[in-house]
Amino acid sequence: MKFYARRIAFYAVTLWAAISLNFLIPRMLPGDPFSILMAKLQRAGGIPAGTENSIRLLLGAAEDQTLWEQYVTYWKNVLTGNLGISVTNFPTPVTELIGDAIPWTLGLVGTATVISFVLGIGLGALAGWKRGTWVDSLVPSTTMLQSLPYFWVALVLIFVFAVSLQWFPIIGAYDVFHFNGPEWSWAFVGSVLYHAFLPAVTIVISSVGGWLLGMRNMMVSTLSEDYVTTAEAKGLRPRRVFTTYAMRNAALPSLAGFGVSLGFVVAGSLVMEQVFTYPGVGKLMITAVRNNDYALMQGVFLVITLAVLAALFLMDLIYGFLDPRTRHHD
Amino acid sequence: MTDTDTTTPATPSGTTPPVKRSGVRQMMPTMSGKLLAGLVLIGAILLFAIVGPFVTQDPRSSGNDALLPPQPGHWLGTTSLGYDVLAQLAEGARGSLIVGVSAGVVAIVLALLFGVVAGYLRGWTDEVLSLVTGIMLVIPGLPLMIVVASYLQVRSLWVVALILGVTAFAGPAVVLRSQARSLRVRDYVSAARVAGEKTARIIGVEVLPNLLPLLASQFLFAIVLAILGEAGLSYLGLGPNGSITWGTMLNEAQGGGALTRGAWWWFVPPGLMIALFGTGLSLVNFAIDEIVNPKLRLAPAAAKSVREARKAGRDKLGRRATAQTVAAAKERVDA
Repeated sequence: MKFYARRIAFYAVTLWAAISLNFLIPRMLPGDPFSILMAKLQRAGGIPAGTENSIRLLLGAAEDQTLWEQYVTYWKNVLTGNLGISVTNFPTPVTELIGDAIPWTLGLVGTATVISFVLGIGLGALAGWKRGTWVDSLVPSTTMLQSLPYFWVALVLIFVFAVSLQWFPIIGAYDVFHFNGPEWSWAFVGSVLYHAFLPAVTIVISSVGGWLLGMRNMMVSTLSEDYVTTAEAKGLRPRRVFTTYAMRNAALPSLAGFGVSLGFVVAGSLVMEQVFTYPGVGKLMITAVRNNDYALMQGVFLVITLAVLAALFLMDLIYGFLDPRTRHHD
Repeated sequence: MTDTDTTTPATPSGTTPPVKRSGVRQMMPTMSGKLLAGLVLIGAILLFAIVGPFVTQDPRSSGNDALLPPQPGHWLGTTSLGYDVLAQLAEGARGSLIVGVSAGVVAIVLALLFGVVAGYLRGWTDEVLSLVTGIMLVIPGLPLMIVVASYLQVRSLWVVALILGVTAFAGPAVVLRSQARSLRVRDYVSAARVAGEKTARIIGVEVLPNLLPLLASQFLFAIVLAILGEAGLSYLGLGPNGSITWGTMLNEAQGGGALTRGAWWWFVPPGLMIALFGTGLSLVNFAIDEIVNPKLRLAPAAAKSVREARKAGRDKLGRRATAQTVAAAKERVDA
């Protein structure tokens, strides 16, 4: 129980730190985002007093309040789901824009990550099993995949398969000429899958190498454990030794690493979404940055952080259940 | 990696006993194909970054024709503004490497503080430092970098390197901390403590030298991450102002319509350079990994020798199969 208490306490503190960081960044850094934003808003049309106040608060330009008062109000806003109003899509609330973007990212990045993880673990286990053979000389080439920038892979894939061969669409998440908006029909689902193919392949190509290598190395270490030798000496079928004795144990650290790598995948796909003009969270954040839409940018950062935290927390709980050792040792 | 000439050539495992190596040499990776390939890649790219800008055109002179495909005189063609791509690539190599290495240094220095010091001291210092590391580890790096960079209107190469380093120290810190914790309870460290040595000296003289291989591999890894991070930031237009890096080249290629106009020579080389440099560093890391975790080196070698022995017709005790034993075995199977 102490394990879970410690983990929950850690995530509570991290949550507090992440939300506070979001509050502090605009205040600690130089520049005058408030004036830039107000100038933009003036051009976009009239601003209600309430909106101006909330932007003032967000960017640390509320001179009539102490830092502590601002902090308290900021927390109130976060807890009631009030993240301000977007300038780019004036006057849509930030939460609404993010809510529209999340399903796209979650669907694409989530599915692609699971595919990549399963593929990497499987291939890595095989590569570890075949240690000392020609497979070993193939292993270093996976580092090449790991060193590829996500968005560059996306650029090359677009160039080859979308521009030159014209097999796949260049931009978007569905055919905007054919459909007015998301709808529930087979044709629409087909269009979504068709548009998601290249982005998903990008994520798989860039992230599979890491899983593969980690799993292979753990597999090599596990296979030299005494209990594996015992299993072989007992005359168990190699298949059984491979799955039940070696792979199950070797996969544990990869599962733990799954959480940490999730952060990388989210970050990597952020830029990739921009390349494919995929209407997800990453595209939203970059649009916000381009337009100096600070409220939207901060909102997206907060949501991404919270999502990663939630995923990690879940992963931690599952891992504590899978590997009892983590519950007993630090 | 200047002292690779001190390494000893690898002995074919299983045939002769390994040469006993002492002192610093023990920490040096044995020369292998992977290590050599890695060093060649790194060396070639470093050379290109150092010498390249002197032998190519001015990367900012736009006097050439626009979007020329690769040809003599412009070996990698020109951009839509008439810049020579090869010249930009060489200048970009400087920018990217400077950012990568400086960010790597920042990350490793912070990792030493948050990892080694925390792991050695334990108690409340450890709790606090580990908490900071843990928080930095789970807050996604690139979004944080994007937010910070977008508030800074003026960003020099060094500021970008600092941002990259500060957001990347957590991973190495975790690795170093767990290793420092295990070193802490070794006998020789306890002996130094009992002998009354100061904590700073124990960390510097007793603990640190044993962390060197790990430190080196984490440093190389941090450089790769920083170069990738810089490329991402620059691609989004949040990189260093006024400098040319591989990332800003990709940004300009995207903006100049390189994709739709078929100018592959514009956007393929920068990404390829990043990938090659990253591969070079990772290959060196492979060699270092095999020092840190000897199982990675010994286990495949053992599996290989067993298989070769089996192929040569010997059983596990090394006895060669004779016609007699084969016949006997056949009889058993038939029965």
